[in-house]
Amino acid sequence: MSAGEKHGFSVIGQPLPKLDAWAKVTGETRYADDMVLPRMAHAKLLRSPHAHALIRRIDTARARALPGVYAVITGADLPRVKFGILPVSQDEEALCTERVRMVGDAVAAVAAVDEETAEQACRLIDVDWEPLPALMSMEESLAHPEIRIHEYGDGPNVHKHVALQFGDVDAAFARADLVREDTFYYEGSTHLPMEQHAAVAQWGADGKLTLWSSTQTPHYVHRSLAKILAVPGAHIRVVAAPVGGGFGGKLDPFAHEIAVCQLSRLTGRPVKIALTREEVFYVHRGRHPVLMWIKTGFTKRGDITGCHLKTWLDGGAYGSYGVASTFYTGVVNPASYKMPVYKFEGARIFTNKPPCGPKRGHGTPQPRFALEVQIDKAAEELGLDPADMRRRIVTEPFTKTANHLTVTTTGLAECIDRVVEASRWRERRARPRARGARKRGVGFACSAYMTGAGTAIYWNAMPHSGVVLRADRSGAVALLCGATDIGQGSDSTLAYLAAEVLGIAPKDVHVHPADTTLTPVDLGSYSSRVTLMCGMAAIQAAERLRGALFEAVAKKLEVPPGALVARDGKIGVADDREKALPFAQAVELGEAMHGVLAFPGSYAPPKRAATFRGGTMGQSPCYSFSAGIVDLSVDEETGEIAVHDVWIAHDVGRALNPLLVEGQVEGSVYMGIGEALMEEQVFRKNLHKTPSMLDYKSPTALEMPEIHTILVETDDPEGPFGAKEAGQGPLLPIMPAIANAVYHAVGVRIDEVPITPDKILRALDQKRRGGPGRVGPEKLPLLAPREPLVVESAFGQPAAAVVVRPFQTERLA
Amino acid sequence: MKTRIALTVNDQPQDLLVPVHKTLLEVLREDLGLTGTKHGCELGECGTCTVLVDGEPILSCLALPVELQGRRITTVEGMADGARLHPLQQAFAELGAAQCGYCTPGVLLTAQALLASEALPARDRIKEALAGNLCRCTGYTKILDAVELAALRMSRGRASRGGASAEASGEMIGTTGTRA
Repeated sequence: MSAGEKHGFSVIGQPLPKLDAWAKVTGETRYADDMVLPRMAHAKLLRSPHAHALIRRIDTARARALPGVYAVITGADLPRVKFGILPVSQDEEALCTERVRMVGDAVAAVAAVDEETAEQACRLIDVDWEPLPALMSMEESLAHPEIRIHEYGDGPNVHKHVALQFGDVDAAFARADLVREDTFYYEGSTHLPMEQHAAVAQWGADGKLTLWSSTQTPHYVHRSLAKILAVPGAHIRVVAAPVGGGFGGKLDPFAHEIAVCQLSRLTGRPVKIALTREEVFYVHRGRHPVLMWIKTGFTKRGDITGCHLKTWLDGGAYGSYGVASTFYTGVVNPASYKMPVYKFEGARIFTNKPPCGPKRGHGTPQPRFALEVQIDKAAEELGLDPADMRRRIVTEPFTKTANHLTVTTTGLAECIDRVVEASRWRERRARPRARGARKRGVGFACSAYMTGAGTAIYWNAMPHSGVVLRADRSGAVALLCGATDIGQGSDSTLAYLAAEVLGIAPKDVHVHPADTTLTPVDLGSYSSRVTLMCGMAAIQAAERLRGALFEAVAKKLEVPPGALVARDGKIGVADDREKALPFAQAVELGEAMHGVLAFPGSYAPPKRAATFRGGTMGQSPCYSFSAGIVDLSVDEETGEIAVHDVWIAHDVGRALNPLLVEGQVEGSVYMGIGEALMEEQVFRKNLHKTPSMLDYKSPTALEMPEIHTILVETDDPEGPFGAKEAGQGPLLPIMPAIANAVYHAVGVRIDEVPITPDKILRALDQKRRGGPGRVGPEKLPLLAPREPLVVESAFGQPAAAVVVRPFQTERLA
Repeated sequence: MKTRIALTVNDQPQDLLVPVHKTLLEVLREDLGLTGTKHGCELGECGTCTVLVDGEPILSCLALPVELQGRRITTVEGMADGARLHPLQQAFAELGAAQCGYCTPGVLLTAQALLASEALPARDRIKEALAGNLCRCTGYTKILDAVELAALRMSRGRASRGGASAEASGEMIGTTGTRA
């Protein structure tokens, strides 16, 4: 896109309020739990109090006899089908039949006149348990192969074990001036959306099922329900209600969604369930705890000669997205810096805890923490400035990484320059640390993230996103898309894109999202894919509609269609404002010429994945990049950390709406601070240690620093008007930047998150006694290495000159 | 056991017959259909269910209507003056302070109580007042910006007319505009 066109946007680039902002500030937005239907029953699940146990017998007689109870079901009342979000990990039951594998596994469900009665009925269900030994850590799971949590996987209690090698790492280390080996641990954390999951099911008298749910992935829920309930998918409709916060926590099909469907079928009533906050902590699917070992070779100038990373993920009791998570701990790191040789080994271990899955950044914050803290250590040893060192080694645009990812545009160098300048990094770095017991420090880190996964969860050749646009004679345009707005503003973004192409106001675009009977499939709000994939589909549909309108208007005005533009609510001749028709009139002419004006747009990512096994993982149409600087102080007496300022520059390709992009960046920084300093999903005596919002610490307004957001635009050819993702990447630099700033402030290395006051005090004490002043993992799990798949490094190869993007070959003017 | 309760909710008198153990949150949502008030934890930990009782923010998940006989309750549905938004609502919409929007009603009402007692609170003071309202989307930045903007507009409105000006009292619902 030329500079002239860039300035020619009328909607794109404007800080417009979201279309749903008005509904959200007045309480008008109807979330799943706000729905009330006539005759609606309320459901509750009976969940396991045991981390690992056999179910000998379930007796529901007393519960069924309770007045006000409509139905009680167990796993015996559902088809005996296992499910799971990934085709390779079908290991869940909505209501467990023989065995529970974690505290919180559901075993029975009740529908009753109200929530209280349903809860009371759950207490009247008698379950005869036979407790089994619970494996509550990766070490325990690997040490006890005789106790199997699942029968499948890559070894006893090993869900997935991968090993990939791109080039000769030993030779790379031999070439290096400095080789560092470090170990890191990244504690698990949970999404903690403000809205607890809720769902309403209505199995109508016509034999058709509708489920309204707070889900980020209605399409996968639709597919799962068909399988689990053994009902034709054609008779199931899944509608994603506005989601009150997702962050990855509403991406799996869940027991409660399935249970309400079955209860509705049995009772002939609509059935609602709303999880309690405690249940949400156990439902989880959050950040994997990951233990890491990383070995990297550096030259004196700070070039990376090669890197070898091993990760061990504590997966919890089920597969969830775990196979993807395992790959993501290894495959995305090489996108940011020149890394000619790379080896990655990752293993996900089953434990008897709630399953981990995708949380904002999915599998990548952990290895990013390891790499960025290690680079900080290397920079010190090499006598290099940590920002300058990274600035020298950023990946070249339009090249491939060692592991065959194609990096298109990269604004990382500009991101680094901008945060260094805005924060006055060098001055801050050089200023005196001490201010009484408080010591100041600044830390630096960068990151890269995918703009949408290049492959779908189940293999298929269909679009990843679709849009249907219908123009109405009133001048309104209906935009149907399966995308799920989880607060990121996808509904609004789609309206902006269609409005830009059609020259109308966003308010004239009516977005109908996430309804599986009405809207073309979008795979879901995950992997930062929606703006790019749905956006490209929306642009294609809008261009097709505009083409049809231009044809009709051209005939009327007796000008060639090529002379027309759509702007300011009119379609007319570019340089003659007299020769223009209002949009609504153009639609009438168009409909008279073509019939109903409804046009599809489809998007699937470019086909350029490598052909080796696992080569699709981490592939994305383009990557976002971020650089962050954290200024903080540490109280040496209490170990308390106060974060004062964060500068974050993010390469978003193009800010379609800078207001929304800033919101995503600020929210990412916030969530990163929470993970860095306080959030942890940990267990004691088989139970969640902090299953409440009071005990699970998350940052309040008081803990938040000033965030200085800088948006960098690189106009990526893969994105809608050049846009890349913004919702996940900016989280990644925060944790390592904080760790590096703590070291700068008080000279101790906390090689794990969260970085809590007790760890700082422990490290300071250690240092005072002449120790290394480090808190971090000391031991690595015992797991025999797997023979790696050896593939030639693709580092530095040019990106494919011609990119085939399915469904996007025909672009109308 | 049900008991009879008289409350004034969003300026409307309400005569209710509800079980004594039912919380204000439940009565608002289930008996009065005011679903703008959300539950986030039902243990008084997150601030999501905040409403105003005689102008003071309280957690409706911990309040029992039997103890609130005759009191004046304001929920998010009562913030707008007819079709005219409260300046806080206007500023939140304009500045992107509501992402998923689930915490927004509670935050708005807490901020309304703050601005009723302090016309132009400093940013740190706003942070302190909102520290009991958790938000997982925004990082609070745009929320703080929006409260500051609303405070400024309201005090300008008072200064210029001794009453609500068009700017101070917000736009009509659904008016779209760019950021101020």
